[in-house]
Amino acid sequence: MTVPVTIRLQEADFDTAREIAAMTAGRTDVGAVVSFGGVCRGGTDGDAIDALTLEHYPGMAEAEIGRHVEEARTRWPLLGVTVIHRHGRIVPGENIVLVVTASSHRQAAFEAAEFLMDYLKTRAPFWKREESAAGTNWVDAAAHDDDAAARWIKS
Amino acid sequence: MKVVYFAWVRERIGKAEETVEPPAEVRTVGDLIGWLAGRGETYAHAFETPRVIRAAIDHTHVPPETVIAGAREIAFFPPMTGG
Repeated sequence: MTVPVTIRLQEADFDTAREIAAMTAGRTDVGAVVSFGGVCRGGTDGDAIDALTLEHYPGMAEAEIGRHVEEARTRWPLLGVTVIHRHGRIVPGENIVLVVTASSHRQAAFEAAEFLMDYLKTRAPFWKREESAAGTNWVDAAAHDDDAAARWIKS
Repeated sequence: MKVVYFAWVRERIGKAEETVEPPAEVRTVGDLIGWLAGRGETYAHAFETPRVIRAAIDHTHVPPETVIAGAREIAFFPPMTGG
């Protein structure tokens, strides 16, 4: 069967359990499902935030995530991939991003989910702006995220 | 060509997109950054540190040495912070 790939950018929240069920319903080929959920934290280094606003580049965001999903599929024997990324205003405790990967065995599903998240952080065109009592400011990119993505580069 | 801006690049310039017609000697993405930076104070502020500016041509990431001829849409933005 064709491998189901779902990529969605949306303002609305998502239901992780429902997304996993949608990927595996009616199938017996899947032996491992890994899901990663990114959640809005209430603070960074002790500084409380009221909300995040995620800006994105419509068109490129979908295209870039699609390219990473295809790259993941060439590296691991995946049986399903779902990536959902929210945009707009998100308050602490709410979902930001979901990656679900399915495979016959766990290693491929674990590694592909981690690969996709590392690339989402550094290559997908999204930008976070924090709101706090001190005002609003754009979140700086983290060098450790670049390092995490770099370890997947094939030499 | 159409140029689009995101996040603090957009805020500093004060617009999300515009159509520009750079002169022929502006050949690469890096040249275009330099040319845009000379268009006024807001642009100079947005592009004051060229090495942190990321670029995409027609929805694909490109390095600064990329030739811009034939591009429909060129985007400039800060390092990404999604996920």
